[in-house]
Amino acid sequence: MLMVNVAGATVIALIVWWFWLYKAGEVGRDNTGLVIVVANGTFKPSRIKLNANQATELHFLRKDASPCAEMLLFPDLDISESLPLNKPRTIRLPPLTKGEYQFHCQMKMYRGVLKVE
Amino acid sequence: MNESTGHGHQHHTMKAPDNSLAAIAVPSQQELMIEGAGCASCVTKIETALKAVPGVTSAQMNFAQRTVTVTGSVERQALIKAVESAGYNAKTIEADTHAEALEEREKAEWDYYKRLLLEMSIALLLGVPLMLYGIAGGSMAVSTDAERIAWLIVGLLTLGIMVFSGKHFYVGAWQSFRHHTANMNTLIALGTGTAWLYSMVVVLAPGIVPEMARHVYFEATAMIIGLINLGLALELKARGRTSQAIKRLIGLQAKTARVIRDDKEVDIAIEQVLLNDRVRARPGEQIPVDGIVVHGHTAIDESMLTGESMPVEKGEGATVAAGTLNKTGSIVFRATRVGKDTALAQIINLVKRAQNSKPPIGRLADVISGYFVPVVMIIAIISALMWLNFGPDPAVALAMVSATTVLIIACPCALGLATPMSVMVGVGKAAEAGVLIRNGEALQMASKITTMILDKTGTITLGSPRVTDIFMAGSGGEERALQLAASLESGSEHPLALALVESARARGLAPLQVTNFNAIAGHGVEGEADGKKLLFGNEKLMRDRGIACGSLVERAQLLAADAKTPMYFAVDNVISALIAVADPIKEDSVAAIKRLQRNGIRVVMLTGDNHATARAVATKVGITDFFAEVLPQQKTDKVVALQAQGEIVGMTGDGINDAPALAMAHVGFAIGTGTDVAIESADITLMRGSLHGLADAIAVSKATLRNIKQNFFGAFIYNMAGVPIAAGVLYPFFGLLLSPVVAGAAMALSSVTVVMNANRLRLFKALEH
Repeated sequence: MLMVNVAGATVIALIVWWFWLYKAGEVGRDNTGLVIVVANGTFKPSRIKLNANQATELHFLRKDASPCAEMLLFPDLDISESLPLNKPRTIRLPPLTKGEYQFHCQMKMYRGVLKVE
Repeated sequence: MNESTGHGHQHHTMKAPDNSLAAIAVPSQQELMIEGAGCASCVTKIETALKAVPGVTSAQMNFAQRTVTVTGSVERQALIKAVESAGYNAKTIEADTHAEALEEREKAEWDYYKRLLLEMSIALLLGVPLMLYGIAGGSMAVSTDAERIAWLIVGLLTLGIMVFSGKHFYVGAWQSFRHHTANMNTLIALGTGTAWLYSMVVVLAPGIVPEMARHVYFEATAMIIGLINLGLALELKARGRTSQAIKRLIGLQAKTARVIRDDKEVDIAIEQVLLNDRVRARPGEQIPVDGIVVHGHTAIDESMLTGESMPVEKGEGATVAAGTLNKTGSIVFRATRVGKDTALAQIINLVKRAQNSKPPIGRLADVISGYFVPVVMIIAIISALMWLNFGPDPAVALAMVSATTVLIIACPCALGLATPMSVMVGVGKAAEAGVLIRNGEALQMASKITTMILDKTGTITLGSPRVTDIFMAGSGGEERALQLAASLESGSEHPLALALVESARARGLAPLQVTNFNAIAGHGVEGEADGKKLLFGNEKLMRDRGIACGSLVERAQLLAADAKTPMYFAVDNVISALIAVADPIKEDSVAAIKRLQRNGIRVVMLTGDNHATARAVATKVGITDFFAEVLPQQKTDKVVALQAQGEIVGMTGDGINDAPALAMAHVGFAIGTGTDVAIESADITLMRGSLHGLADAIAVSKATLRNIKQNFFGAFIYNMAGVPIAAGVLYPFFGLLLSPVVAGAAMALSSVTVVMNANRLRLFKALEH
């Protein structure tokens, strides 16, 4: 029984680490031509490094038919776009100051972040 | 004697909404579709050609989409010519994109819906008989070899269902897991996966499970997958209805336009209409693009955009807006805005954006949903451990059931959908009433307004002075006096003069030739016409010239007290008439202000006018709080002062003067007859001039906020009660433990309930008009 409890506690610790503490690697680009695929409940890539003070174009390609994947929001930038299915949609971002900018679907189940440096 | 009412009223319906639709800012960005660009090197060629066009600040081509985005204030035609001279074809693309995108989306949704129903049917085809077998007392236990083989077959069939009907849950769960995120898929995949794995262990290696716990749960896996697919399908259907308002707006876009080219009328696709094209609209046809009437006269139904049900008379020089319906006459108009620039296209964009923005009330849900799924996973593990440590036999089976049920019953969707669904319906509902809400924040603030500041001119009143009264000194004809006075004033640029000229024109009185015209600064004007000496001005002017005004002086005082400006008219040095000019109050201002006050909102009037006029207008419309002689820059101070008193301040105005005050207020309302600047700085735009739009906007926002709160309450209660019950908190007291199938049904229902509750908002009606 002790083993089972220890195993349970370990799984809980792993959940906390994997979903909250772990920082995933970032994809860096020169602010152009980055294609972000929206499929199976995720943005790929979801952590994107950008250069500050430079306009950016992100191309979102939605492959997920679920209505959850339809809306794309950048709340800090006041951008909301509906993504057509299987057709790239270009999002133009103004030059940004340093910081983190989140983007997500309407319900925040699909999530990503821009790290502007 | 009094000619005010009939004329003023008619003028209101004719003129007031006229500029409202044209009043949305023109963007400086345009998009063109490029044809014939076969290689990447064309990109530079096209961009260079476009950048050479005067006025273009940047041109950027997206080769993948064959589109080019041009920034700068330049006519589309010049751009198209530039591309053509570079050897390619360009056409506008925006006009139809909304409709096409909508069609595509509906098709995709329909396919997805059919797919969900098929997956649901297949899953339930196995799940329902299995469940009925269990309910009918069939043994779900595994004790004999025959049972093992039978259940093995069922287990493999269930695996087939998991692959066919539930693949999207498992793939989605895995993908998001790899990205360190978790969502609804994670919970469903874990729940159904656990039940299936446990059952397979019982079948394949019964030895490691205590005898009492050798029970299979294949029916749970199949049923949950079926029910959740059903829930998703129902949700999809209900979601479709939430976007009805935007669909209706998109449906207003015409597909073709009849343009006059080389003196011939041809029907062309709407995206080919160019700026300055002459467009014909026949009775019963939709206006295809924005323009200015150059020929003909008609009545146009603008209700679809403004909510104003009365058709608007349009003649030469009047503006027409895309999407409105030409009712009576055939007109030719010059296209002034096409494609993405039309008021309709911009309204659609504004509404779409607003529908997808979130009011602050939704932020809490965002924070929660970020932690929700992992927390539920942890609760599931803890509850399983509790059962294993302290539960009765068969503890292993009970632990597995409770963990599965916790995972399945938790519904992040209901929480996530609560705000967006209601905002979608609420913003759409407002747009139907001619109220454009910029974003979720404005929507939420509008529901809390305690004080509403109204600008006088153009907001409470029509904003354009007109002749309201004519009193004759003797027996002369009223029309003759008006004709002479208007002829005299036609040389003057004073706003009061304009009112006179307009009034004469409306009565069909032709202006006469005036000679020896002379403006007497600050007093009036004089001149000669039809062999008579004419003098028009204030009382002082008459006194200076020794003209006795008699009883008209008393009349004049009464008029002044009634917020009107009286002017004397003398012919050959004998007083002839007293003509009063005023900016009339909009016919429904009184009722609309009363409506606001009934809702407990303090209404305050601001005006640059003098005290007497301000008091007269305020009294007429039932406002006790007013500030007169307020300079434009002081309007902002008044807003700030009221905010300092703790009031949530709404500010309504129409002019450039009001822009800073609109921006400063908690919620800025721009009257649709106003300028671009005011609308740009406003949170809410009223497409028609009526102040009822204010009360409508507040009513819609209150109803929406109430709806969001109901959704939250439902979602919270559901999760707060559902998860502990699933974990088994009621078991020690009542022996109650939920079945995973019940949890699956409850989860499927929870988000459907939220979407349906949001849909109830569609039935909301603003109270009066």
